[in-house]
Amino acid sequence: MTQSVLVVDDEPNIVLSLEFLIEQAGYEVRVAYDGEAALKAIEDYTPDLVLLDVMIPKLDGYDVCRRIRANPDWNGVRIIMLTAKGRDVEREKGIALGADDYITKPFSTRDVVDRVNRFLGPRA
Amino acid sequence: MLDGLLILFASFAYLCLLFAIAYYGDKRADEGRSLINNPYVYALSIAVYCTSWTFYGSVGRAASSGIDFLAIYIGPTLTFILWWVLLAKIIRISKAHRITSIADFIASRYGKSTLMGGLVTVIAVVGIMPYISLQLKAVSTSFGLLLRYPEIVMPHAHEPTSFLGDTSLVLALGLAAFAILFGTRHIDASEHHEGLVAAVAFESIIKLVAFLAVGVFVTFALYDGFGDLFARAAQHPDITQLFTAGNMGSYGQWVTLTILSMAAIVCLPRQFQVTVVENVNEGHLRKAVWLFPLYLLAINIFVLPIAFAGIMHFPSGEVHADTFVLTIPMAERQEALALLAYIGGLSAATAMVIFATIALSTMVCNDLVMPVLLRLTWLRLTERGDLTRLLLAIRRGSIVLVILLGYTYYSFIGESYALVTIGLVSFAAAAQFAPAIIGGIFWKGATHSGALTGLSLGFLLWAYTLLLPSFARSGWLPISFVEEGLFGLASLKPYALFGLEGLDHLSHSFFWSMLFNIGGLIGVSLLTGQSAIERVQASLFVDVFRHSSDQGGSRLWRGTATVADLRGLLVRFIGQGRTDRAFADYAHERGLDLAQLKEADADLVSFAERLMAGTIGAASARVMVGSVVKGEVVGIDEVMKILDETSQVIEYSHQLEQKSRELERASAELRAANERLQELDRLKDDFLTIVSHELRTPLTSIRSFSEILQDNEDLGQAERRKFLDIIIKESERLTRLIGQILDLAKMEAGRMDWRMTDVDPKTVIDDALAATSGLMTERGIRLDVELPKHLPRIHADRDRLMQVIVNLISNAVHFCDDRAGRVQVAAAADHSELRIQVVDNGPGVPRSLRSTIFEKFRQGPDIAGAKPEGTGLGLSICRQIVEHFGGRIWVDDAPESGARFTFSLPCVPARAPATAAS
Repeated sequence: MTQSVLVVDDEPNIVLSLEFLIEQAGYEVRVAYDGEAALKAIEDYTPDLVLLDVMIPKLDGYDVCRRIRANPDWNGVRIIMLTAKGRDVEREKGIALGADDYITKPFSTRDVVDRVNRFLGPRA
Repeated sequence: MLDGLLILFASFAYLCLLFAIAYYGDKRADEGRSLINNPYVYALSIAVYCTSWTFYGSVGRAASSGIDFLAIYIGPTLTFILWWVLLAKIIRISKAHRITSIADFIASRYGKSTLMGGLVTVIAVVGIMPYISLQLKAVSTSFGLLLRYPEIVMPHAHEPTSFLGDTSLVLALGLAAFAILFGTRHIDASEHHEGLVAAVAFESIIKLVAFLAVGVFVTFALYDGFGDLFARAAQHPDITQLFTAGNMGSYGQWVTLTILSMAAIVCLPRQFQVTVVENVNEGHLRKAVWLFPLYLLAINIFVLPIAFAGIMHFPSGEVHADTFVLTIPMAERQEALALLAYIGGLSAATAMVIFATIALSTMVCNDLVMPVLLRLTWLRLTERGDLTRLLLAIRRGSIVLVILLGYTYYSFIGESYALVTIGLVSFAAAAQFAPAIIGGIFWKGATHSGALTGLSLGFLLWAYTLLLPSFARSGWLPISFVEEGLFGLASLKPYALFGLEGLDHLSHSFFWSMLFNIGGLIGVSLLTGQSAIERVQASLFVDVFRHSSDQGGSRLWRGTATVADLRGLLVRFIGQGRTDRAFADYAHERGLDLAQLKEADADLVSFAERLMAGTIGAASARVMVGSVVKGEVVGIDEVMKILDETSQVIEYSHQLEQKSRELERASAELRAANERLQELDRLKDDFLTIVSHELRTPLTSIRSFSEILQDNEDLGQAERRKFLDIIIKESERLTRLIGQILDLAKMEAGRMDWRMTDVDPKTVIDDALAATSGLMTERGIRLDVELPKHLPRIHADRDRLMQVIVNLISNAVHFCDDRAGRVQVAAAADHSELRIQVVDNGPGVPRSLRSTIFEKFRQGPDIAGAKPEGTGLGLSICRQIVEHFGGRIWVDDAPESGARFTFSLPCVPARAPATAAS
């Protein structure tokens, strides 16, 4: 079964590039543009991994992360946080809230794909 | 039946009763159970103010000039109620310095000056002379009247009215004897005359009772109460004339009388004596402040009724109005009441005469005679044994002298004036002391020379404009002096000095004497300096409430006197017994053994000086003590040094306080600045974080798609172009963002290069519309433009103004309705400002965001997918620009729906046609 990735960001162009990259890597990709939409998408169908931007409308990335971790059904969901805020505190906060990894924008596309692969296992 | 013997007997018996009271009062004082140590007696004793002038004269004044007699009582009431602080201060000073009289007070303030004391004494004696004559006149007139009972015949001063010959002379001598008996039984002027005060308080009761009795009789026995009396009086032509406006005395005179009596209640020597010197407890003043005015009110209630009744009773005018209080009961055959009225008048007169003469004799002795005697070295006074007998003799002689002076004045002019007029002459003299006293206790800068000049000038003018003319009018001086002026010079006419006419004599005299008195005091004080002792005394007087007890004085002695010398000196002036007691008390208080004490320190020397000052006055005491203190009196230089040191210390501590206050303020400011800095730092941090975020976001897209394009050479043509388009758009966004950040930073730092010119807003709007037309067409937006034909020019940077308009239009395009987008641009102007509006039909800006939307990186409502266009800095820049042009910008709801952004700019005043914008 194809593993599923949810891309959450409010920048359409970034979403577009991530969507292209993750699909190219062989995963099923869904997108959400804000925190509430993200949680709804997860409820509809639990993804294997979420690429979660911090600065998103309605609920921010930290809140979404916290809610995912608060629900035992979603224990298996891997979370990689994305942020354009480059400070160490942001990174530590994300990890403390239960994120599995943390990527700073602007990112290297290969690096993003590598990390996704590392969590979900390389696909052919 | 009233015959001469009965009247004489009653008078004598009354005086004996007074003496008994005084004797008992003294005895109680010696036993330490004071009779007068309560505020009621104190207030009653102050009522010595109400003399026979009040008792007889008020009615006379009311009958001749209406209600202006009241001013004489309003003045003291005002002083007591409004200015009791002044009295309290004088009392405190007098207690601290053992002041014995008003002359002593003034002399002490101005450097313990014997000259000053002497001058004040001379003024007081000459000034009070008419007042004493007034009492003699009142008593002898009343005595003469009563003697003719039941007839009512006005007596004449110079015809023998009785078997005793000249009544007033006999009366004068009798009063002198009485005053001597009372006031100079022993020699301790600063100790209180407790017995005498008790007697005076008793007299105040008697005169009040007598006056009220006559008043009640007139009002309720002769008439049916006030209503009836006043109703009938209103029918009487003489009375109604008195109370019509023109006849009520000029307002100027009212003011003069009120001010004079305000001063008199403090400055009359006898008032100073009872109120200040005889005060046993400062706290009593607090009750006296309302008790005394109450007494004045009570004794004035029946003045008008008696005056009216008198006018109606004796229509012929033969009976002098000054005698109504006595003549009405006589005419009604009320023998007992007539006798009571007579006793009341006698009471009022004797109280005044006794107290005035005692006060004056103390002054004459301490401030006039003793200083002279002490200076006459051939008398070897300082070496004589017991001086108490000499002092007593001088005082007794002064009493006789003062009373005889009053008698002389009375015989000269007594017949020509009414009681009140005579009394006012004295008031005007006493008022001359007021500037020196008030200046002395409130103004440290008042100098000896200033006070001496002021007093002398005031006194001379008073004598010239009031006293001498009264002699002239009585025929004792050529009347031409009054009518033509001295040496025939019109400008020296005593009743129209320097051509000043139109005032009554009293106001005229008061004006000139006070002008020169106050002017002299202030002017000369400002021009002259103070000696060391003056400076010390000035500070002790003015700051009396700040100085602890009496420490200041001891600094002036650097004593090496022996205790034995000091004792010897004191014994000579105040007697062995009192000296022993005083020294024992002194030693006891300080825990010293008197037997061991050989050398007197400065403290003890000061103590001795104050003790002696209580008897012979401050000025003389200083001379006497100076004679036994070996090693000189502290030199001027040294005093200056002490004062300087003190003032330096005070100055230094002031500076310290000031500094610590400044430090506190500075540290508070620092704290605030620090908080502000931290706040700024936090804001800057936030700003950097946001800027970093905003820059990284387009960069992320650019990098991603560039890498995608690099890694995927096999992408389709369409996809390739799409990705390249994104890269270009995001690059533009990044460029725009960097430009805006730089703009904003420059504006905030004030380094923006503004090119301000007069601009035609219409062309700018047109250009802005042209620049955005492509965008609008692309989005299919309908544009409405509403511009008047003519818009006033404004002062602005053309490019920046265009930036604002373009930005607002871009925002409007961006946020307006997706399908039926509509943007309206409008402008309007009045004479002061130009307004430009950009309206869209989008979702509008919620009320809560309207104030923050113009801040940096605060964007409007989130619309998914709308992000790349906005940087979050556009409106912030717009605001900076508009505010730089002196205008403002705001957002509200469009009339239908959507947002309406408006900015206003001030117009250039329509002067010369401005040059075209760049």
